[in-house]
Amino acid sequence: MTDTKSETASMNMQLEPGAPLLDAQGVSKRFGAVVALRNASLQLKRGEIVALMGANGAGKSTFVKILTGAIASDGGHVKIRGTDTAMSSPAAARRAGLIPVYQEPSLIPDLSVADNLRLGNTPSDQFLHWTHELGITDLRLDQNAGDLPLATLRILDLARALAMKPDILLLDEMTAALPTDLVERVLKVVRQQADAGMSVIYVSHRFVEIARLCDRATVLRDGTTVGDLAIEKGIEDHIVELMLGAALSSQDKAGSHAVKSAFGIKAVPRLTAHALGAGSRLTDVSFSLRPGEVLGVVALEGQGQDELFNVLAGSRRPKTGSLEVNGRPVRFEHPADAIAAGINFVPGDRAGALLMSRSVHDNIALPMVANLKNWGVITLHDEAKKVDDAIARLQIDTRAMGEVRRLSGGNQQKVTIARWIARGIETLLLFDPTRGIDVRTKQQIYTLVRELADQGAAILFYTSELAEVRRACDRVIIIFGGRVVDTIEVADADDQTLMRAAYGLTEQKSMAQA
Amino acid sequence: MMQNLARKHAWTIGLALFLCLLLVSTKIIQPDFGVSGLDSLSRAALPFALATLGMAIVVISGGIDLSIASIMAVTSVTGAVLMQGWGEAATGLVIAFVLILGFLMGTINGALIVLTRVPDIVVTLAMLFVWEGTAILILESPGGAATPWLRDLIVGGVTVPGVPAGFTQWLPKSLVFLLCCFCVIWIPIRSSRLALMLYAIGSDQLAAFRSGVPVKRTRILAYALAGLCAALGGLSLTMSTGIGEPIPGPYLLAAVAAVVLGGISLTGGRGGLLGPVLAVFVLRLVRMDLTLMSVDPNVTSIIEGTIMVVVVMVGGLLAVKARRA
Repeated sequence: MTDTKSETASMNMQLEPGAPLLDAQGVSKRFGAVVALRNASLQLKRGEIVALMGANGAGKSTFVKILTGAIASDGGHVKIRGTDTAMSSPAAARRAGLIPVYQEPSLIPDLSVADNLRLGNTPSDQFLHWTHELGITDLRLDQNAGDLPLATLRILDLARALAMKPDILLLDEMTAALPTDLVERVLKVVRQQADAGMSVIYVSHRFVEIARLCDRATVLRDGTTVGDLAIEKGIEDHIVELMLGAALSSQDKAGSHAVKSAFGIKAVPRLTAHALGAGSRLTDVSFSLRPGEVLGVVALEGQGQDELFNVLAGSRRPKTGSLEVNGRPVRFEHPADAIAAGINFVPGDRAGALLMSRSVHDNIALPMVANLKNWGVITLHDEAKKVDDAIARLQIDTRAMGEVRRLSGGNQQKVTIARWIARGIETLLLFDPTRGIDVRTKQQIYTLVRELADQGAAILFYTSELAEVRRACDRVIIIFGGRVVDTIEVADADDQTLMRAAYGLTEQKSMAQA
Repeated sequence: MMQNLARKHAWTIGLALFLCLLLVSTKIIQPDFGVSGLDSLSRAALPFALATLGMAIVVISGGIDLSIASIMAVTSVTGAVLMQGWGEAATGLVIAFVLILGFLMGTINGALIVLTRVPDIVVTLAMLFVWEGTAILILESPGGAATPWLRDLIVGGVTVPGVPAGFTQWLPKSLVFLLCCFCVIWIPIRSSRLALMLYAIGSDQLAAFRSGVPVKRTRILAYALAGLCAALGGLSLTMSTGIGEPIPGPYLLAAVAAVVLGGISLTGGRGGLLGPVLAVFVLRLVRMDLTLMSVDPNVTSIIEGTIMVVVVMVGGLLAVKARRA
């Protein structure tokens, strides 16, 4: 069965030497009411490395999942070697010669490396050859995968994929967790293999690597392939334009709200971060946040923003750097410390912020009563009024008050903010507060953010939607590779500037000058 | 408002109605069932109900305590041995000592879970054996003694001086005792921030942590309260039998069953304490009725298990339907 397949495959290749090895056309996918992919296409020739690019939410991950057989597409087709291939499962994709390396390590942590290899039928001599090539020399096969550092696991995933001698290798953010020396090794090995005839789909945010490694770039926007370009000098700006698309021409005006409030520049910063570092991603972030100010944070996925917000909210201890609140140094051991210092965190995942099975009242009352210093028996009666006020102010739909899980996403998000308003907000950390909610609620949230700032709150606002920066913020810091690479006033913050900075392009330029 | 309240407590109300139905059918099966029957039912249910209270608090906070029956055994024998040794005058002291002992045993359970990060089910299973051994070390075979007036506290009907016996005699003292325990433990918790924190950590530990709840302390406190309830349960055993019993009774599984039947989610965060207590009486009464109908005891167990699965399943289906409507 497999033999006949590869025979026809080689015949096809002999017949049409220029034909694409992989040809995906018109792929579409919807999840319920959400259209994730409209019309995605990708072509890959033998020995070619193609970058798959797109802003957050453009449909990259869905497309990758369809190509690797993890989910089924609704429409379109994927042809490998000219034959329609039903990528019905990851196993089917593997049989067709497409081996993926996913963003997350895929070795089973409780098994030894050797057992993991056996599980996937990976030839271990080949595997060891590739681990050596990729710069991991001290690997013992009897080590448990879970005991190995993340960077090593990523390399092992790649070595495992290469050992299967793939026709097509799909690398999803392969270099994200790697130190520079390993990145160099990976790029070198991948290039060599491509020269020897392997084809590669390279999903990445990093222009520098793409410019060095890839032959072409396919750009997705809103689930549609909007460009297929050869990589050449100066192509970055064009790619950024393609990723942004119509957003460029219809930019909403900034500045209507950017009037500096009475609290002004002179006030003592509410929150100051000095060279914060945490985990492997957050390396060096400094900023100061004043009362009355909304400071935007823009970053691609995984640049250290999650770690930053967790450190600021007291749920994670920083490895390096320090924090000041109202000019006084602070150390947070517990979120309760941060709350006591007036720092309120609205995390990106609503499920991790709310008690889904409890009522709206309980959720709003919780941070008010959860105070380390006071175990006393008090009635919740006084709080009840504040809670009602908060609900009224945010126009929360009160029909499903009994259980938060029954509220719509937008109303849930309002509850995550309302619970802090009820106490009175000094510093608010918003992590992508409008993700996945309707336009009307989004507007209510922007208005609320401005109102709170005008009343003297200091607000840090991370967003994955560039246009929001102009709707709500005064200033923006851009984080790339765990560091602040740029600070932009909102008046200058057009999408292109933000996007270039977010992709580290400004940094790249300054490095070239240096 | 009334309607909301009814919907919120639908499960508890349903259980109460079911209990009334069972009481009526008991009267039909056994026309003699009266004051003395009610008294013995209530007295039999007392240790079960107290164990269930403790279990309910832990389950609401997202944990489970398998050592609850063993803690009852330790506190029961400690109480009996001390009352015999120290004499009647020291009864009050003994009670205080035993309650503190239960609280501390629960604290040890909780602290071990929080500090070692070993799953609660493993820690409390291990502690089940530890406390079981401790109880037998304290008292090898059933013995010791209980102060007589303690026994009078929970045997027979309530008599209020000046009120004709007929008015109050039907109400078993053991039921009043249970109500007192319930109020003393739960009302202060319910009306304070502690209840919300217990529900919060049971509902979602991450969200609770981010909201500033001291998750570790609250968890330890939940186990400590369970230990306190178990100590009350152990005391009630000694009070009603007059001796200490070192071998734990079937209270563990019965408590888990009543918690589930009482409308508490085993995943934590949902349910009240009244439902489980009602469920204890439902389960005791079912058992009593089946015995009165001279059903084979083995069949009784099968029927009990079946009732649990069916009631919880039907309840779940009704809840889903109500949500869709």
